[in-house]
Amino acid sequence: MSDFFLSPVGLQHWLVVSTALFSIGIYGLLTRRNAVGILMAVELLLNSTSLNFVIFNKFATPSAVDGQIMSIFIIAVAAAEVVVGMAIFVTLFKHRKTVDVTSMNLLKN
Amino acid sequence: MGLVSWLIILPFLTAMAVLMVPAKNWKAIRWISLTGTGMHLMLTAFTTMKFWALASQDIPAMKTATMTKLYFVERVTWFQTLGIDYFVGLDGISMSMVILTSIIIFAGTLASWNVEERTKEFFVLLLTLVTGVFGVFMSFDLFLFFMFYEVAVLPMYLLIGIWGTGPKEYAAMKLTLMLMVGSALILVGMLAVYHASGLHTFDLIRLATVNYPASLQTWVFPMFFLGFGVLGALYPFHTWSPDGHASAPTAVSMLHAGVLMKLGGYGALRIAVYLLPEGAKEWGLFFMGLTTINIVYGSFGAIMQKDLKYFTAYSSVSHCGFVLFGVAAMNLMGFKGAIIQMFSHGIMTGLFFALIGMVYGRTHTRIIPDMGGLAKVMPWLAVCFYVGGMASLGLPGFAGFVAESHVFMGGFFGNNFMNPVAMKTLTIIATVSIVVTAVYVLRGLATVFQGPITNHHFHELTDATLTEKLSTGLLVATLAVVGFMPWYFIDLIEASIFPFVNRLQASGTMVAFH
Amino acid sequence: MHSEQSFILNNVWLIPAIPFLSFLTLGLLIRNFPKKLQDQLSGIVATLAVFSAAVLAYWLAWEYFHLFPAGVAKQALVPWSFEWLRYQENLAVNVGVLVDPISVLLMVVVTTVSSLVHLYSTGYMHGDPGYARYFTWLNLFTFSMLGLVVSPNILQMYVCWELVGASSFLLIGFYFEKPSAVSASKKAFIVTRFADLGFLLGVILLGYYGYNLFASVAPSLHASGLTNVQPFDFAFLTNPEVMNQFMGMSDTFMGMGVLTLSMVLIFMGAAGKSAMFPLHIWLPDAMEGPTPVSALIHAATMVVAGVYLVARMFPVFAASADALLVVMYVGAFTALFAAVIGCTQDDIKRVLAFSTLSQLGYMMFALGVSSMDHPLGYTASMFHLFTHAFFKALLFLGAGALIHAVHSNSIWDMGGLAKKMPVTHATVLIATLAIAGIYPLAGFFSKDEILVAALESGHTGVFAIGLLVAGITAFYMFRIYFVAFWGKPSHHSEHAHEAPISMLIPLIVLAIFTIGAGFVPMADLVSIGHSAGGHHGINWAVAGPSLFVAAAGISFAWFMYVAGGKQRSAALAGALGGVYTTIKQKFYFDEIYLFITKKIVFRFIATPIAWFDRNVVDGGVNLSGWLTRASGAALNSTQTGQVQTYGAWFVGGAVTVTLVLWIFFL
Repeated sequence: MSDFFLSPVGLQHWLVVSTALFSIGIYGLLTRRNAVGILMAVELLLNSTSLNFVIFNKFATPSAVDGQIMSIFIIAVAAAEVVVGMAIFVTLFKHRKTVDVTSMNLLKN
Repeated sequence: MGLVSWLIILPFLTAMAVLMVPAKNWKAIRWISLTGTGMHLMLTAFTTMKFWALASQDIPAMKTATMTKLYFVERVTWFQTLGIDYFVGLDGISMSMVILTSIIIFAGTLASWNVEERTKEFFVLLLTLVTGVFGVFMSFDLFLFFMFYEVAVLPMYLLIGIWGTGPKEYAAMKLTLMLMVGSALILVGMLAVYHASGLHTFDLIRLATVNYPASLQTWVFPMFFLGFGVLGALYPFHTWSPDGHASAPTAVSMLHAGVLMKLGGYGALRIAVYLLPEGAKEWGLFFMGLTTINIVYGSFGAIMQKDLKYFTAYSSVSHCGFVLFGVAAMNLMGFKGAIIQMFSHGIMTGLFFALIGMVYGRTHTRIIPDMGGLAKVMPWLAVCFYVGGMASLGLPGFAGFVAESHVFMGGFFGNNFMNPVAMKTLTIIATVSIVVTAVYVLRGLATVFQGPITNHHFHELTDATLTEKLSTGLLVATLAVVGFMPWYFIDLIEASIFPFVNRLQASGTMVAFH
Repeated sequence: MHSEQSFILNNVWLIPAIPFLSFLTLGLLIRNFPKKLQDQLSGIVATLAVFSAAVLAYWLAWEYFHLFPAGVAKQALVPWSFEWLRYQENLAVNVGVLVDPISVLLMVVVTTVSSLVHLYSTGYMHGDPGYARYFTWLNLFTFSMLGLVVSPNILQMYVCWELVGASSFLLIGFYFEKPSAVSASKKAFIVTRFADLGFLLGVILLGYYGYNLFASVAPSLHASGLTNVQPFDFAFLTNPEVMNQFMGMSDTFMGMGVLTLSMVLIFMGAAGKSAMFPLHIWLPDAMEGPTPVSALIHAATMVVAGVYLVARMFPVFAASADALLVVMYVGAFTALFAAVIGCTQDDIKRVLAFSTLSQLGYMMFALGVSSMDHPLGYTASMFHLFTHAFFKALLFLGAGALIHAVHSNSIWDMGGLAKKMPVTHATVLIATLAIAGIYPLAGFFSKDEILVAALESGHTGVFAIGLLVAGITAFYMFRIYFVAFWGKPSHHSEHAHEAPISMLIPLIVLAIFTIGAGFVPMADLVSIGHSAGGHHGINWAVAGPSLFVAAAGISFAWFMYVAGGKQRSAALAGALGGVYTTIKQKFYFDEIYLFITKKIVFRFIATPIAWFDRNVVDGGVNLSGWLTRASGAALNSTQTGQVQTYGAWFVGGAVTVTLVLWIFFL
């Protein structure tokens, strides 16, 4: 255990950061009732994934740039997703005056 | 297309013809159905005569055979990759069952002469169901067998659910679900046998040449037997039968108790025992015990019933017990008795349910204590009821005696691989039912038909109409003919039963086919 | 000893076949005719059919008994048979016709009584709405009974046994609107059915062991000329070699030897049909049927089927001494038991029914005391069967004439009928004297022979019972005779008049038989076993006491009912108190049986089973349905519709899988 703290920053440390980010994202995704909060949690998940791509690119195949390219893709997709998601939520809010996801059960039963 | 295919397809063609007729012409529809089933009856009679001439000569040759000999075989490859054929034919057992079904459906059509609600759909479903039944009895390919089996079971749900009485949805659902559980067991067994044989064929005759590993037989045999047993009202899986029969309309009860329940006994013999003789030897005594419970328990259960249909249903549980008892006795007399009992019980219950329908149509009650003295106003129906009752208590001169004496002798004589003391004891317990049967039949019938007329409305009731006389007369005559001249019937089936016995005897010493 | 020349010997099957054809004609054809024509035809057709069968039977008897010279044992012939039912190889039922002394004797009895009863019925049943139905069933019965009599094998016997039971059921319940007749018919059928369970088991047992012996015995049987024999055949079962093998069997079943057990079981069937104690309860109730039916079925023919069965299987019974002892004790006890009850009954037909029971007991114990070495009882039993058929049928038909005249069954409603109905009176007196055992009427000879057989066999106790019963019989028979014919007419019998001629002819014919039957040289005709011939003439050492007790019985009846009037008998009944009531209530056997069936079988077996099935077994099925629904309902709450919940499940699952993989596989 102490090795982890004493050794210089490497792959493992970066992975811990990304896993922490992912876990926070998952936690937010599963617990937030506010749709905007869920959207933010999804952003965290995407960022953690994006970070992983960059990390593995750096440590596994430093000569190639595939990881970076993928992360740029992810950032683009995330931006698009936020746009669509926020648009839906805004419309929803206009109609129902709430963005609480547990109340969105029109299709249930 | 050969004789056998015609026998299968004719009811289906009739159903198609009925479909063509506008629903409002319900009188035309029943005439078409009657013509179709009548033609089928004639075709069956013709086939029977041809078959009898061939099969009765083969009796000496078949005494040592282990392979079933089929007549009028038709075979077309269907799914070559899976080894599924359209493989149909007739042997003595199938022939007797075809005769039974043909008689019952003809009588059933006559008995449903007054179905005015959705006549068209009723007859279409009824005839489809019968197509399935004929298919089961004449197919010798396991896959085809299973397909027809499902065709026969499923229309029952709609027939009871739509045209039934009382808690019909409950009864229909219960019946279908229980039978489906049975089908699932059969399907598993079928696939197990298919894979274990390594032959890549569903051909029943070829599958029966294989000596399956004893470990496989041990668990597949009870699956088959229980699966078919559900349909054959094996205790404790019989409870669909009282509810189902009580709720079903007349013709459906007739067909169901008369024919469909026979699929159970037929399958248990044809598939379970024939394919898996080692398993049969191992489980024989266990199932003999269960069926003894069936026989005695069903007859005691019938004593206290108040509803005529429940009364008949419990007596069916008892009588179907004889079928499976005979199968579980694992010898020539047991098997023969089982087949004859299937036939005689089929005709007998068909008669009972037809008569109950006719009586109910007049008195509007099926509750036994509410009726009384009906013999005075409906002598024909009373006589037929008594004939049915006497046949069901095994009075010599009717088919029931031939069957029951075979089954009892089979159980008592035993075989060389099951515990003889246990078999004899079980047989003696089972014979008690002949007294109990006499008690409930006479009690029930005496209350309904004898004594003074209890309700003044009954004075205005009429006796059977011509169609009703035709329908019940046919069934009564069949019972009497088989009972008085059993040798014809025995000649018909005997040659086909030897292989079952011989394969049982030879199992364990046979050389594997592959 | 071949019979090629004789038409009737080769065509014995005609005798049962004619009533059967008549039954079919009546049941299928004439039934559809208009009511009036139907009534006219059915009586004539049925009566003619049975009369022609009777003619053939007499012809057969003549031919058969002249076939063998005197002193030569009369062989059993099977002139006609065919394979009816094949259970398996070497186990088939050959339906056929067996001609031997007792079957010929019974054929004569059955056809004679049956044809006379048919004739009588044309008068007695005249105008009854069920006239045609009555004759249809009477023909069915005659056919079944003749089929039973000629059975060459035990399974055919069983088949016809059941058929006579069924026709008896139909005829007892002939007045099907009368609740008492309905319950009597049910009772008769169910009680005999219960006995037949024993018979069936006995048949199966014999069939089983016979089949096992068959292979080893068959060659020597074939050598001795018994070709085409099957294990069920009497020829096989009574064959000495087969019986030796049977006796040598070490198998026991519940502590009894195979042979004894099967014979006891078969006797159970015989006891049911012949209404032996304790299966006697159905016969008195069977009197609910029309009186001619009682005469034919429940006095002369069907009830003797049990005796006939024991006689038919006699060599086998004799091989098992224990079974024969059972026959003897049951027979002797029934004779006494029924005679005692007979003294207290008021219904004339019931008195006659109990006297039938008692006389059947005589026949049974006569068989029970004999053996293959001392076969006198066998001959005596058949002789008594023969004579009893005539005088008891006569008594019943006479009683029918009385009932017809006074419209009541109670003897107290009769009285003073001797002058109003002279022919009936004369014939009934002859029969009453005959049953009381007065010389020279038929009953005297046969009863005497039975008593001699009992005495010679060394069973003095049984002999004493026989003698006692003879006295009681004379008492109760003369009780009804005196009450019905003598004394003052009651208001019922004031307007009584003599029966029509069609009813009187059978009475007269039967009276002639009753007088003459005793002189038939039965010992020459019917015998079995080693000492041919047997008892000839009258053994006055036995006949003397028997005549004396009969006279004593008659005198006592006169003392009680003629000299003393009603007061004396009432005083005696009062003095006996509870004993009298118990006897009059037939020792409460009906109540005991009713208690067993209604209270025990129905309440403690059938009802719980019905409940168990509806609630426990079916409950199991419904439970499985409920469990499916309940588990569905339980899982339903996990389906919130929230993606977040599913996501939580998903993540939890993924983490668990990862952990499991990590812990166990890393």
